[in-house]
Amino acid sequence: MTACAKGDSGLESDARSEVRRRERPWYVTVLRNRRLVIGGLLLLGVLSVAALAQGLATHNPLLVRPEIRLTPPNAEHRFGTDNFGRDLYSRTVYGARISLVVGGLVAVLAALAGTLAGLLGGYYPRVDMGLMRVMDGMMAFPGIVLAVGIMAAMGPHVANVIVALTIVQTPRVVRVVRSVVISLRGMQYVEAARCLGVTDWRMLVRHILPSCISPLVVQCTFIFSEAVLGEASLSFLGVGAPPEIPSWGVILGEARLYIRNAPWMIFLPGMALTVTVLALNLVGDGVRDWLDPRLRKTL
Amino acid sequence: MLVYLIRRVLLAIPVMFVVAAGVFLLLYLTPGDPVSVILGPDASPERAEELRQQLGLDQPVPVQVARWFGRLLQGDLGQSIYLNRPVIQTILERAEPTLMLTLLATLFAILVGLPIGIVSATRAGSWADLGAMLVALGGISMPSFWVGLNLIFVFAVLLGALPVAGYEPLSKGLWGNLRYLVLPAMTLGFAQAALLARMGRSLMLDVLREDYVRTARSKGVGERKVVLYHALRNVMVPLVTVMGLTFAILMGGAVITEQVFNIPGIGRLLVQSVLRRDYPVVQGIVLVIAFNYVFINLCVDILYGLFDPRVRHS
Repeated sequence: MTACAKGDSGLESDARSEVRRRERPWYVTVLRNRRLVIGGLLLLGVLSVAALAQGLATHNPLLVRPEIRLTPPNAEHRFGTDNFGRDLYSRTVYGARISLVVGGLVAVLAALAGTLAGLLGGYYPRVDMGLMRVMDGMMAFPGIVLAVGIMAAMGPHVANVIVALTIVQTPRVVRVVRSVVISLRGMQYVEAARCLGVTDWRMLVRHILPSCISPLVVQCTFIFSEAVLGEASLSFLGVGAPPEIPSWGVILGEARLYIRNAPWMIFLPGMALTVTVLALNLVGDGVRDWLDPRLRKTL
Repeated sequence: MLVYLIRRVLLAIPVMFVVAAGVFLLLYLTPGDPVSVILGPDASPERAEELRQQLGLDQPVPVQVARWFGRLLQGDLGQSIYLNRPVIQTILERAEPTLMLTLLATLFAILVGLPIGIVSATRAGSWADLGAMLVALGGISMPSFWVGLNLIFVFAVLLGALPVAGYEPLSKGLWGNLRYLVLPAMTLGFAQAALLARMGRSLMLDVLREDYVRTARSKGVGERKVVLYHALRNVMVPLVTVMGLTFAILMGGAVITEQVFNIPGIGRLLVQSVLRRDYPVVQGIVLVIAFNYVFINLCVDILYGLFDPRVRHS
């Protein structure tokens, strides 16, 4: 930044330092991004818990022991037991797996379906008309209500939760990808490529898709976080994961019924859920700033 | 303005059509025969046939589609299987708690979120700003039902100041009604308040950098007046949209909050109906909430056109 040679006007030195800033290696800009670093570390923590669940858990998360039901935290069960005598700590640890698997799969599936539809819709105006009416219709449902409706038809199962949340989230991806495609469609380089005889498919994949990647990554991080919340909400309502599954939402749904006698049940799964969603939101904000510093705003 | 209004209304029609078609399709997502799913494996063939007729599933699909739209145009949402009454009637009976809850939560979100955002913007970078924004970030990351459980634990179980759960209808007096709705409304409005605080802050920061704000300051207008009179007006235009949508979004969120606090509203009816496999009621509620959302969106668009002439002519 101090590489301003003698005789340079202030304006030029500004421009030069701007160039210098862009020349910094990527890991420096990542490490300077506080939100990305904090969010990334938290997320890494949650991922490790999910990966090492077997080693971290002290009890079998499914083992029912009615004789010790609703035991307050003690030396044996550090965070107490639930209404079936299952160890809350171990259930919460295993819950990380459900959350991350559901959230991750929903993000990936919605990205794939949404990118395909968004590319086609943005590139072919004739497809666009019908597609966008359908997407507008889907966006007219509040997410949780549509998800509950779909779960009602398909029945409580973790796989169905993934399908329902993917249906809910896909229109968001379509909108993002489509808007990028439309803004690129009229660009000179696209026209030039077309004059050179590039096929539609090659145009979409080689020349347009790469520009969609960064907004797509940002959008998918937020979808990940919304899907984690969505799974927990559906399971909390009793229409998501079946009751024996150690999902954070399921545990909190049961905790609600015993809040007078066993308030410790709400603590750990709720914290875990909040930390996971917070981590994903921070990473999402961080990635957005990192990819496009002009958008930097809060904090 | 009239052209704008007509165009907006016409744009809403295909959306409603898609919504209605989507809700119709919900029944077809069931694995296998919906009738056997609804009645369970032990149902008698006579009962199954009866239900098949009641749901219209004995007809060919095009006839079913035609009937579905025909009924909707007459405002008929069908008959509840479990309660054996018209769906629309059961929904209307449960509407009061949901509307009260959503209204109070919207008020909470706006009255708490916006001022925090604006004050934060005027003190950007201070400890108060940092603290408020950290709380707001936590607010959008905390699941509403967990917020609700914590509020119940602190205010109802520990302090015993407010009821744990339940509802008292408005007809028995406003005070009793509010006592039951304070915690639910805070629960439901919390995340939205956090969101409004974040948006309000960033919008305000943008406006405070504008030339006309600098002009106002340089001609000696007090800081308080600059913020409240000059800047706030321009922040309000985009925020009106957000606030309108807040009501619509919270209506969906009420599904979860009502379950946390055992409030007998539409959302709780939805969850109960899912568990009872009462598909006509599920379809009816999903449809009503989505139509409501489209309607509020339309109103916001029209208001937006009224406030900002540029929108009308684009």
